[in-house]
Amino acid sequence: MDKATTLPGLPDAGIVLAAPAGDWRDAVETAGRALTASGATDDGYGADMVRMVEEHGPYIVVAPGLALAHARPGRSVLRDGLAIVTLAEPVAFGHPHNDPVRVVLALAGASSARHLQLVAEIANIFNDSDAVERLAAARSADEVRGILGVGA
Amino acid sequence: MKILTLCGAGIGTSGILKVNAERVLSRLGIEAEVVAIDASMLEAELEDAQVILTGPEFVERIGRTFADVIVVENFFDTAELQRKLEAALG
Repeated sequence: MDKATTLPGLPDAGIVLAAPAGDWRDAVETAGRALTASGATDDGYGADMVRMVEEHGPYIVVAPGLALAHARPGRSVLRDGLAIVTLAEPVAFGHPHNDPVRVVLALAGASSARHLQLVAEIANIFNDSDAVERLAAARSADEVRGILGVGA
Repeated sequence: MKILTLCGAGIGTSGILKVNAERVLSRLGIEAEVVAIDASMLEAELEDAQVILTGPEFVERIGRTFADVIVVENFFDTAELQRKLEAALG
């Protein structure tokens, strides 16, 4: 596989560290606002991400402590985008194995094909590593970008 | 052989399962086509599928099938995936 990442940049506006969140919805909405602040989506996308969980359950909690929030490509997606939210206190999403969530990675893809490609690259970051732990403990935006191997 | 990975939108968590399943299958020397789908595509894709990989939420959605349904807990843990694929295919 190609080593060079095609993940989009992650500006400071797309990173929220130690965010307070009362529940899973709050956590996903915070990630939605970060995507919008970074210029990747309009503010409808956060609501779309919440709706995915309402419709299909907490399946976006793909690994212990990590939620991969996303919705389908559509009018709300202005360009490919990433956001990272680390939570001040872990939040239960209702997943049978991987709760509680400490890190929300929100993803927007401009097309389905592109979304799948981005997900594949994200899988490479999180495979066989302690990336979730390191993200949860990150204290600066640069540290987050370093763990993900992306620029600003 | 055809393997389906199933999730809500067919482009997120099913994509992770697809990438990692392909990695494990090549490690095991097994040739297979891995297709990421959402629930609305299930009926059309199910007939010739041998294995379905998914999370705990989607099992009930699948209904009656001759395919092996494998429920994955940690989507990034290729060791878990390899163990479960070997058990289903071996």
